[in-house]
Amino acid sequence: MGKTQISAPGGVPFIDISRDFDAPADLIYRAYSEPDLVKQWLGPRRLEMVIEQWDLRDGGSYRYIHRDPAGNEFGFHGVFHSASPDNMVQTFEFEGVPGHVALDKLSFEDLGGGRTRVRTHSVYQSVEDRDGMVQSGMGEGVNEGFDRLEELLARMAVPA
Amino acid sequence: MVALYNRMVMEATDLDAIFGALADPTRRAILARLATGDAKVADLVAPFHVSQPAISRHLKVLEAAGLISRSRRATARLSHLEADPLRDATEWLATYQAFWDERYDQLDELLAALQRQALARGRTDPEPVDDEPPTDQPINRKGRKSDG
Repeated sequence: MGKTQISAPGGVPFIDISRDFDAPADLIYRAYSEPDLVKQWLGPRRLEMVIEQWDLRDGGSYRYIHRDPAGNEFGFHGVFHSASPDNMVQTFEFEGVPGHVALDKLSFEDLGGGRTRVRTHSVYQSVEDRDGMVQSGMGEGVNEGFDRLEELLARMAVPA
Repeated sequence: MVALYNRMVMEATDLDAIFGALADPTRRAILARLATGDAKVADLVAPFHVSQPAISRHLKVLEAAGLISRSRRATARLSHLEADPLRDATEWLATYQAFWDERYDQLDELLAALQRQALARGRTDPEPVDDEPPTDQPINRKGRKSDG
């Protein structure tokens, strides 16, 4: 459906993601802030998500694990710096590649009529970190072909 | 997703050059034109209402990003679309897009369920509770019974 808008501007290690939801901002904030809700949507469907630590306050930390059907575990952790419906700021680190910490800022914008726009602004330490983050390799089933060129080009309309 | 993170630091890619090259609408249009076949500079000047030096500059950027190659045939320089780097960039975006679409589709489902529960709670009071006993947790997986 392509409802999620993603832009990766050239030359700066940012990724901006925007998505509109048919739900009020306070409900979405709960889905982002309450661990029992978070674990129901944040992880890929085929992986089990276990939240080991979730201390939502300035300076509080979180840690969670994605577990695949074979029992392999992949840990992620970070620190909350700001946790309010207006502004959520947190660090993010995959324990498989320690040191490559990203900074995420989330905002929940009331669009009226019970709709909300969620924006995520992610800052990586370098452009290489950003691009490596989503480098091909997990793209099974994602087999964009040459015939999708037009679609790609349309989507690439990012600020220079 | 696992491989996604594993690959995080393995390659310094030239994706940035590709995205930089693709950020310009004229360059995107040139690529779309080249997808239909090789072209001389003169072929590209007419449809784009841009001067020949400007087209040449755009072609240089696309060539530096690996998105096209240029060869000389007789006196004309032919530009040729290189599909692989574009495919990499497409895959990069598509992969990331699929990852976020899945995540947010799940959030959609959760939000819809929460709103249905809130409606149901408004109609029938008290709300029937699941098999789990009430806890301090405001939420459990299937039913909720606290504030909203």
